[in-house]
Amino acid sequence: MKHTEKELAAIKEEVSQMWRLVLSQIEKAKQSLLNNDIELAREVVSREKRINSFELKIDSDCENYIALFNPVAIDLRLALSLIKISSTLERIADFAEGIARYVIENSCELITQELKDELRLETMFDTVIEMLSDSYVALDSENTKLSGKILAKDETVDEIYHRSTGVLTDYMRQNPAEIECGLKTMLVIRKIERMGDHCSNIVEDIVFYIDAKVLKHSKNSESVES
Amino acid sequence: MIEAKDINFYYGDFHALKNISMKMDKHTVTAFIGPSGCGKSTFLRLFNRMNDLIDDTRLEGQCLIDGQNIYDKSVDVSALRKRVGMVFQKPNPFPQSIFENVAYGLRVDGVRDKQLIRNKVEESLQAAALWEEVKDKLKKSAFELSGGQQQRLCIARALAISPDIILMDEPASALDPISTSKIEDLIYNLKKDYTIVIVTHNMQQAARVSDKTGFFMLGNLVEYNDTKKIFLSPEMEETQNYITGRFG
Repeated sequence: MKHTEKELAAIKEEVSQMWRLVLSQIEKAKQSLLNNDIELAREVVSREKRINSFELKIDSDCENYIALFNPVAIDLRLALSLIKISSTLERIADFAEGIARYVIENSCELITQELKDELRLETMFDTVIEMLSDSYVALDSENTKLSGKILAKDETVDEIYHRSTGVLTDYMRQNPAEIECGLKTMLVIRKIERMGDHCSNIVEDIVFYIDAKVLKHSKNSESVES
Repeated sequence: MIEAKDINFYYGDFHALKNISMKMDKHTVTAFIGPSGCGKSTFLRLFNRMNDLIDDTRLEGQCLIDGQNIYDKSVDVSALRKRVGMVFQKPNPFPQSIFENVAYGLRVDGVRDKQLIRNKVEESLQAAALWEEVKDKLKKSAFELSGGQQQRLCIARALAISPDIILMDEPASALDPISTSKIEDLIYNLKKDYTIVIVTHNMQQAARVSDKTGFFMLGNLVEYNDTKKIFLSPEMEETQNYITGRFG
């Protein structure tokens, strides 16, 4: 491997470590929310700093790589994509932290197991985790064939999100004293929905890197070959 | 390990290097960049006293290697040049076989042990990333090699006499992009065993291979810093203008 390739491979490895950490943060945020596990939620909050450090390191390494090695074509697209992906991963991790803080701070009794099931929170989380895991596979294997399927999963997340508004409205009507708690729960669901959107952005960055196609702000993102 | 202290150098009345002081660490690659005539090659050639060969020149200041001023009267220039090898812009193999080109320095140095010479030739060609390409034609003329191979042969020739420091004056400027890439990889890999100082017109090459970069202009060392710093956020406006192509 030439030394210029080694530099890029090292940055890719950092992104992969960050990716694994973010996946683990989402999984723990999910478990803490579903099981009201405050200790686990605290763990998510305390690990957020590591994610931020990864983002800063990857930004700096990509800047150096671009400045020193003047990459072109696929190497340039990869460096640009990794800067965007690390920033997006950091935002996803922020949402996981936000959910964990909700678990730590929330004392309302509104979210019963029955309501959690009706809101399909577990499915929503699992779909986001699948989107993020599959997009890592796409990046690592430099294969965009999965991208259509990943983007389609965001529709599942959106559908659960839209349906949750009605479910929570009904619950709040029945429990008017819990309206504040209901609104906070809505914000949590919104965070999971935004995670899904960010996973779609990552897929778009991967398609830009591998296929040199720009899907952002175009209808193409909905018609990528599956 | 290498240090220049208050260097001033003159070609006749022309003041070519002005008050230059800098240090270069062991086992690093240092690159000198700057517009033509800025003094970077003159400065490089001070370190193996190649400028001694030019008439009507004058040096002020000190060039130290491991603390010793190489311009002291007691210094044996031949011994110095054995310790400080040099590779030039244009490949300059001798009109001899590939093997003899690399063995040359050893023979001049009085080595007679044939096995030792064979081992050293192979080791040097390996280190110069040329062995696999020439191992079956060591007796062929060096002129049968391509330009890039000839340049790597010259690097092998420099390595054979076990120098500590290798000076390279535009070592890849006469080569095609693939040969250039091989030389750059070679420079990168050699630094674990040698201290390398390279003059290059190609700023990207300086960025790719060096740990530290010095920017020269009109005989002044404008800025000397970590290569990352120079190419990402130089401190001097002149450096920024030069590396961004706004000047020079």
